[in-house]
Amino acid sequence: MKILCETKIETESRKKLQKIKKVKMNIESISLSGRKKMVSNKEMTFLEKMYLVAIIKGLFITIKHLFRRKVTIQYPEQVREMSPVYRGQHQLKRDEEGRENCTACGLCALSCPAEAITMTAEERKPDEKHLYREEKYASIYEINMLRCIFCGLCEEACPKDAIYLTTSKVLVPSSYEREDFIFGKDKLVMPLDIAMQNAQLKNAN
Amino acid sequence: MIDSTIIIEKSVIILVVFAITMIMAMYSTWAERKVAAWLQDRIGPNRAGPLGLLQPVADGMKLFAKEEFEPNTPNRFLFFVGPAIAMGTALMTSAVIPWGDRLHLFGRDILLQATDIDVALLYIFGVVSVGVYGIMIGGWASNNKFSLMGAVRAASQMVSYEVAMGLSMIALLMMTGTLSLREISAQQSGMNWNVFYQPLSFLIFLICAFAETNRTPFDLAECETELIGGYHTEYSSMKMGFYLFAEYANMFISSTILAVLFFGGYNYPGMSWAVENWGVNIANVIGIAVLFAKICGFIFFYMWVRWTIPRFRYDQLMHLGWRILIPLSIVNIMITGIVILRQEIMVFLGL
Repeated sequence: MKILCETKIETESRKKLQKIKKVKMNIESISLSGRKKMVSNKEMTFLEKMYLVAIIKGLFITIKHLFRRKVTIQYPEQVREMSPVYRGQHQLKRDEEGRENCTACGLCALSCPAEAITMTAEERKPDEKHLYREEKYASIYEINMLRCIFCGLCEEACPKDAIYLTTSKVLVPSSYEREDFIFGKDKLVMPLDIAMQNAQLKNAN
Repeated sequence: MIDSTIIIEKSVIILVVFAITMIMAMYSTWAERKVAAWLQDRIGPNRAGPLGLLQPVADGMKLFAKEEFEPNTPNRFLFFVGPAIAMGTALMTSAVIPWGDRLHLFGRDILLQATDIDVALLYIFGVVSVGVYGIMIGGWASNNKFSLMGAVRAASQMVSYEVAMGLSMIALLMMTGTLSLREISAQQSGMNWNVFYQPLSFLIFLICAFAETNRTPFDLAECETELIGGYHTEYSSMKMGFYLFAEYANMFISSTILAVLFFGGYNYPGMSWAVENWGVNIANVIGIAVLFAKICGFIFFYMWVRWTIPRFRYDQLMHLGWRILIPLSIVNIMITGIVILRQEIMVFLGL
């Protein structure tokens, strides 16, 4: 099919070329792409000079748009269809036992081109084994949503499968305070019940 | 006794006409935004009320709530008078429009017109010309070069196009033989609309009406790209609202005049039959509805043109006004004269 299309286009352009060649055959009028158009500076006729015909033509073009399908997406109610590789809000994952994956290695912060990620590491206490998977964890993990460009490099850098950019269509809510855009662990870490549900689903499978 | 009833009757008509003009101007702003949106494949305002119908109310409230800014101008009085004149003249014109033929209520014939003066058309031309002063004074008093530039442009444009407008009207008046809009409407009963007899006159009048109302493609007085908004650059709050409102009121009035002069006013085919069979009142209510349908058609046309044709360059505007429309309307007058006097001319030539 593709080849057919290509040959069709080729023959069309060749036809155009031939047409142009018939008209004139010199270096100014030759067109390698077959799309070259000669500018015509001919005198306008009286009818053209009146512009009325042109105006009526234009009016018909605009009235056609009156009956076209409208392209508006009414945002809060309707959401645009996102691409399958859409990268939305970040999430810090938990494992099947509901423990946080993140070990505060700082590779995400290092890879972040917008320098949006900061974190503070802390050693896991013996009684916190059910909370954190690794021996070291992030006590503070913050992403500045005003800086983040949603490139997903943190996701690629993470060795522990801890940070992911989800397909959540909820955008960062607007606010008058800058502090509201710095998302801490309260907003980033995956809720425990969802982690448990995931674990159950995995076991069922 | 008869005097007081006439006063009451006329007051009611004036109030109703005033209210209708205001409402039409209000909803013209809504219609403008809707039509603009539709022509650009968008939806337009749809949040304030069903279909966004409360949008003009919201706009009005916003304008009332805005800060009343005054530039540092020595002409403070003129700065306030400008929008008042623009608004006043925009509303005055509707006094002579015949909205319908007559209604038979309370045992009396009520003419659906605020006043039927003999020189109605001259009155309209006079009032519309005064409307320039609103823009001119406002632009002058703003103490701002862009405002002044807009005002100068508006003044010269309006003066130029009034000449062509008046000349195009003369051809029509030669045919009708009267300046009274009531009689002009009555003459066009049935389908004897003037547009069929005077198409050239209609075309010239239409173009001039666009220029007189400062609408695209003749909106050089307030073009944002060149003059930041022209004569109303320095205006804010309801003074600005008055200017914008006056523009839409003008659009309504000029659509009305076009409908009355060239498209038969309240007449529709079969009106005399309706008067005989359904009575005066029903026939005339339909007549009023027909007139408003025609007016709305013209208002839509104004908006349609606005989103189709780009703005003229200033020299093109002057060229069109002085070197095309004026000679064309003079030729039109001559042709009309020859057609009216064809019998005499034949006799004179001995045919």
